[in-house]
Amino acid sequence: MRPQVILHSLGYLTQAAGVTIAVSFAGILLGFALGASVCAARVSRSPWAQRLGGVYVSIFRGVPLLVLLLFIYYFLARVGLDVPALVAAVGGLALASGAYQAEILRGALNAVPRGQTEAAVALGFTSPEIWRRVLMPQMLRISVPPLINEFILLIKASSLVSVVGIAELTRVSMNIASMTYRPLEAYIGGGLFYLAINLVLAGFGALAERRLAAGSAR
Amino acid sequence: MSFDVLLRYLPSLLSGFGVTVLCWSVGGALGMAVGFAVALLVRLPVPPLRWLLRAFVEIIRGTPFLLQLFLLYAGGPYLGLRLSATVAGVLGLALYSSAYFAEIFRGGFASVPRGQIEAATSVGMSPFDTLVRVSMPAALIAAVPPIVNLLIILSKETVVLSIITVPELMYQVQTMAAETFTAFDAIFAMAIFYWLLVEVVSRLGRRAEDRVTAYLAPEGARA
Repeated sequence: MRPQVILHSLGYLTQAAGVTIAVSFAGILLGFALGASVCAARVSRSPWAQRLGGVYVSIFRGVPLLVLLLFIYYFLARVGLDVPALVAAVGGLALASGAYQAEILRGALNAVPRGQTEAAVALGFTSPEIWRRVLMPQMLRISVPPLINEFILLIKASSLVSVVGIAELTRVSMNIASMTYRPLEAYIGGGLFYLAINLVLAGFGALAERRLAAGSAR
Repeated sequence: MSFDVLLRYLPSLLSGFGVTVLCWSVGGALGMAVGFAVALLVRLPVPPLRWLLRAFVEIIRGTPFLLQLFLLYAGGPYLGLRLSATVAGVLGLALYSSAYFAEIFRGGFASVPRGQIEAATSVGMSPFDTLVRVSMPAALIAAVPPIVNLLIILSKETVVLSIITVPELMYQVQTMAAETFTAFDAIFAMAIFYWLLVEVVSRLGRRAEDRVTAYLAPEGARA
C-alpha cells in the first residue's frame, strides 16, 4: 500500500470527479424533467398519453444503459446524426433515469391521500392550484428517499459514459492504475471520491426531507 | 447472424440465464427482508442503533457493488469466511440491495398519514396490528414502484457476478463470444434474455401495484 500514489494523482482525480458530477447532475436534472412529464402523461385522462408514457418506461427501463449509450453515440452517427460525446452521455443518462424517476413520482402521487384532492375541490381550488399547492408538495416529500436512491445509482452508473470517450472518475482511475502499476491505490482513490459525492448527496436528501416535512402537520 | 451457433450454445445460455434468475431472485428477496428489518429498526428510539444503521446504509449505498463483491469474495477468507463464488454473489447482491430497500421502506413508512396511526391507536390496536394492518398497506402504495425499479436495476447488476466467476448469463455469453468470434450474436442473445426478464418483472410489478392500490378511490376522483 502506497498512499502517496493517491496524493500524487489528486489533481487528475479532482478534475475527473468534476466531470462525473457535471455529467450526472445534468442527467439527473434532465431526467427529472423527463420523468415528471412521463409521470404526468401516465396519470392524465388521455388514453394515448397513458400508453405513450407506458411505452417510454418499458423501453428505457428495459434497455441497459450501456446499450443505450452505444446506440446514441455510434448508431445514430451511422444514420447521419452526429451526436457530440457529451450530449450522448447526458442524453443517455437522462433518458434512462427519466423512466425510473417517472415510476417513483407516480408511486408517490398514488400515496397522497385522495381526501386531500377532494377537500381542495370542496374548497373551490382550481385544477392547477390543486396540483401546485396540494398534490405536488406532498408528492415531493414522499418521493425524496427513493429519488435519492436513484440519484446515487445514477452517479455510480455514470462510470459507463467512458464508453463514448468521456474521461470521468472511473476511467481516470483506470488510467492512473495503468500509469503507476498501483491499481489498488488508484481505485481506492477513485472510490473515495464516489463515496464523498454520494455522502453529500445523501446529506442533501436528509435536509430536503426535513424541510419538506416541516410543512406537514406532525 | 448465425443461428446455428446460437442454437449450439442455447443449453449453456439457458443454464446461465437460470443462474442469473436464481442469484437475482434469492439475493433480491434476502435484500428486501434485510432492508425491511433495517427500516423497522431505524424507527426504534435507540440513537446508537439508529446511527449504526444509518452508517450501514450510507456506506453500502456510497460504494460500488464490484468493490463490495471483491471484499466479500477475495477478502472473506482472511476473516475465515470461505464462500463459493455463487454464494458470495447472492450474499453480495443481498447486502448491496438491502441498503436501497431500507431507504425505500423508510420513505414508505414516512408517507403514511399520521392520522391513520393515531386512529389505530385510539381504537386500541396493538403496535404490531397497527404495523401490519395500517402502516404496511399504506406504505406499500408509495413503495411498490421504487421496489420494481430496484429489482430491475438489480437484475442488470447481476452481470457483475461474472467477474467473480459465477456461471451466470454474462459469463456464458462471454464464453460463447470468445469461442466462436460472434460477439454481436452473443450480445444480441443476452439483450433478449434480459428484456424478457425485465418485461416479466414489470408485469408482476403492475399486478402488485393494482393489488396494493385496490382499496383507493378510482382514478376518476382526481382533479
